Amino acid sequence: MLIPCPHCGPRESDEFTYIGDAERTPPALDAPEAVWTRYVFARRNPMGRHREYWQHTGCRAVLAVTRNTLTHEVEGCEIVGPHAATAAGAGE
Amino acid sequence: MKYSALALLKGALGANRNWPRQWRAAVPKPAYDAIIVGGGGHGLATAYYLAREHGLTNVAVVEKGWIGGGNVGRNTTIVRSNYLLPENSRFYELGMKLWEGLSKDLNYNVMFSQRGVLNLAHTPSQLDGFARRGNAMRLEGIDAELLDRDAVGDFVPHLDMSPAARFPIVGGLLQPRGGTARHDAVAWGYARAADALGVDIIENAPVTGFLREGERIVGVVTPRGEIRAAKVGLAVAGSTSEVMRLAGVEDLPIESHVLQAFVSEPLKPIIHTVVTFGAGHLYISQSDKGGLVFGGDIDGYNSYAQRGGLAVVRDVASLAVTMFPNLKRVRVLRNWGGIMDMSMDGSPIITKGPLPGLYLNAGWCYGGFKATPASGFCFAHTIARDEPHPENAAFTLDRFERGLVLDERGAGPVPQHH
Ligand SMILES: Cc1cc2nc3c(=O)[nH]c(=O)nc-3n(C[C@H](O)[C@H](O)[C@H](O)COP(=O)(O)OP(=O)(O)OC[C@H]3O[C@@H](n4cnc5c(N)ncnc54)[C@H](O)[C@@H]3O)c2cc1C
Ligand SMILES: [Zn+2]
Repeated sequence: MLIPCPHCGPRESDEFTYIGDAERTPPALDAPEAVWTRYVFARRNPMGRHREYWQHTGCRAVLAVTRNTLTHEVEGCEIVGPHAATAAGAGE
Repeated sequence: MKYSALALLKGALGANRNWPRQWRAAVPKPAYDAIIVGGGGHGLATAYYLAREHGLTNVAVVEKGWIGGGNVGRNTTIVRSNYLLPENSRFYELGMKLWEGLSKDLNYNVMFSQRGVLNLAHTPSQLDGFARRGNAMRLEGIDAELLDRDAVGDFVPHLDMSPAARFPIVGGLLQPRGGTARHDAVAWGYARAADALGVDIIENAPVTGFLREGERIVGVVTPRGEIRAAKVGLAVAGSTSEVMRLAGVEDLPIESHVLQAFVSEPLKPIIHTVVTFGAGHLYISQSDKGGLVFGGDIDGYNSYAQRGGLAVVRDVASLAVTMFPNLKRVRVLRNWGGIMDMSMDGSPIITKGPLPGLYLNAGWCYGGFKATPASGFCFAHTIARDEPHPENAAFTLDRFERGLVLDERGAGPVPQHH
């Protein structure tokens, strides 16, 4: 399985650390307990397209990868976090 | 037909051409008292105990593929009850007791071999942790022996015991009653015994939807027709999230991950027990055919593909050679993967609900094979009586929101526990 790191190009998946499901967004700190429970424990866990976080050990970038969990086809890969904006041109 | 030494002899005299089918190829009836979705070990055991313990024989097991095609036929067959938390200890020890009588109960040789399960410790603090777990086990009446370094070396002669090893062995925790069983025989044995009690085993029938009356689940939809039932139990392991979605239930505390297993070429007897490495993750035993059977960690990312990546192959091979340097030139014959239902606290779910008419059995992580008898026993009880057996009362789905998680390792909400 190859993951196309925007900085480093396509690299073997074991160069990356899997962080997990990127489909969840943290609720507000004062959100009801049920909302927090869902955020902490519940997963959509789809067979098929899944958005997930990986970190590239090479360049340390945290990436949001869109991947098919059945075929392992990677559809997209983008840099997230504080560097996302400045990284837009990183591949050029 | 009852299997016996005499039956074997007769079979042999007939050149083994006259053995009857082990279970009927059942045609689905329009309705049953209960349907179990998933013909893995857990589903089949559930049907068997529904019939044997609760007299419920108008039962169907509805299986997507063939019996033995799922994780029940893909695992590394380790059976143990060496847990720390009382809820897990008691449940897995109920399982151990059922294992000890299983071949007789089923009239099927499941080749349960109590060859011991030894966990290696590589640091004094790890050994302290093992002493604590061993004591907790003994308080529950479960066998546990703490071995020092020399005792480990005597028990498993080929281990690298040198003090200069990268992860020197300082001792271990042995459960002598632990061991292995023949996984296919467990599936076939339960299928045959359930069938003999009247259960219909329906293969090649994926459940593609549920029949509902309001909130209530009243049956299943399959390509072989609609089948109705007052009670529908789900035991579909790695497919839990997808099948529950068909019932409109989203967002379970489960992720599906691939776990790989490996078998070497057949060797003369070399490892007579089950050994697990403690400074990484590897478990290894030797089958009666001589193949070394081993595995390690899940690949680590969500997956529904029943195959894994090379990183784990490399990891597992290097750990095996670290433990047993004399395996260096052994060749791997086969490897494969299975999809694990990884729960967020590492413990299973056996419960009524979450919808009326529905019952759920899931979240087995790496360890559901050893649970097969206890899981079936408790799930059958839950379905038949509409209340949990004392040994699965803690395995609820709402424990996550109630703060009652069963996290053996105290490692927090991650789907990577084993
Ligand atoms: C490589 C590997 C090694 C393992 N090692 C061990 C070990 O050493 N010890 C241990 O205790 N455990 C081990 N396990 C875990 C253990 O195998 C599982 O936890 C256990 O088998 C799961 O229960 P089951 O047997 O019912 O699952 P399965 O056999 O997977 O049964 C689930 C069934 O549901 C069916 N199904 C899915 N979707 C549908 C549908 N829509 N309709 C109808 N049927 C459906 C599937 O086809 C499947 O047959 C291992 C697992 C793997 C993959
Ligand atoms: Zn990179």
